[in-house]
Amino acid sequence: MIDNVPLNAFLILSTLMFFIGIYGFLTRRNLITMLMSIELILNSVNINFVVFNKFLYPNHLHGHFFSLIVIAVAASEAAVAIAIIINIYRNFKSIDVDNLDQMKL
Amino acid sequence: MTLNDIMFYLFAGSILTFSLLTVISRRILRSAVYLLFVLVSTAGIYFMLNYNFLAAVQLTVYAGGIIVLIIFSILLTSHVSEKAVVAPVRQQIFSALAVAAGAVLTILTITKFAFTPTASPAIEANVTNVGRALVSYNRDGFALPFEVISILLLAAMVGAIVLAKKEKHLEVPGNQPNTNPDNSTKS
Repeated sequence: MIDNVPLNAFLILSTLMFFIGIYGFLTRRNLITMLMSIELILNSVNINFVVFNKFLYPNHLHGHFFSLIVIAVAASEAAVAIAIIINIYRNFKSIDVDNLDQMKL
Repeated sequence: MTLNDIMFYLFAGSILTFSLLTVISRRILRSAVYLLFVLVSTAGIYFMLNYNFLAAVQLTVYAGGIIVLIIFSILLTSHVSEKAVVAPVRQQIFSALAVAAGAVLTILTITKFAFTPTASPAIEANVTNVGRALVSYNRDGFALPFEVISILLLAAMVGAIVLAKKEKHLEVPGNQPNTNPDNSTKS
């Protein structure tokens, strides 16, 4: 149990993680690595929800369930995104965003 | 500084280093493995906050499911030794500047804001309470989001299968395959 660690330490951690994810999303060119950056962003948001729940409103479980639902949405989003990426690769033989400038063959 | 605090800073350091390596590493498969380390360290932080159920879900769904899916798709779409294309240096510099400005602004706001915790007695997030809240439809229940998320998962599963499956050109029995010239020219 972490009692002595201040709330700000968690928030700064999740802020840094969020912006590292944004940096990856802006600089990566491969669709799968962009998807991985999105996972980083969602994960940092989850930490925020959980920590607010634990430190500020321990009489409810709302942040806990928010995180659970975000995890489920992230899983379904990753499944659909990877299906789309594999379909794109099958049609265009590349998943670099620079080469993808049309939506169908 | 107790051992728990040291553990927190250990987890935080590993999260930050591995997430930086995830976005910087030029080998795609390696960055997927670094992402796995990030997610496992996050599960460690959830364990230290006494949210055991959430940590278990994080480990199974994220580390067990999504990472395996990502690694499979990496292996399907690129060679293992293939290096990722990097963005131009100018774009990297400007992205880093924008990200640093955003991070500094957010951290300044966080440190200036006075968070006030409630004085109400805490609920322990053990499996009994979590399970009761998940299926209860009372004031603190989450039955509706639970059902909505189950329908979303079903729809995403069907959608992913439909999107990723190979298109087959089914020929209706009793129909001549080449009667329509439009069908034969389409690949």
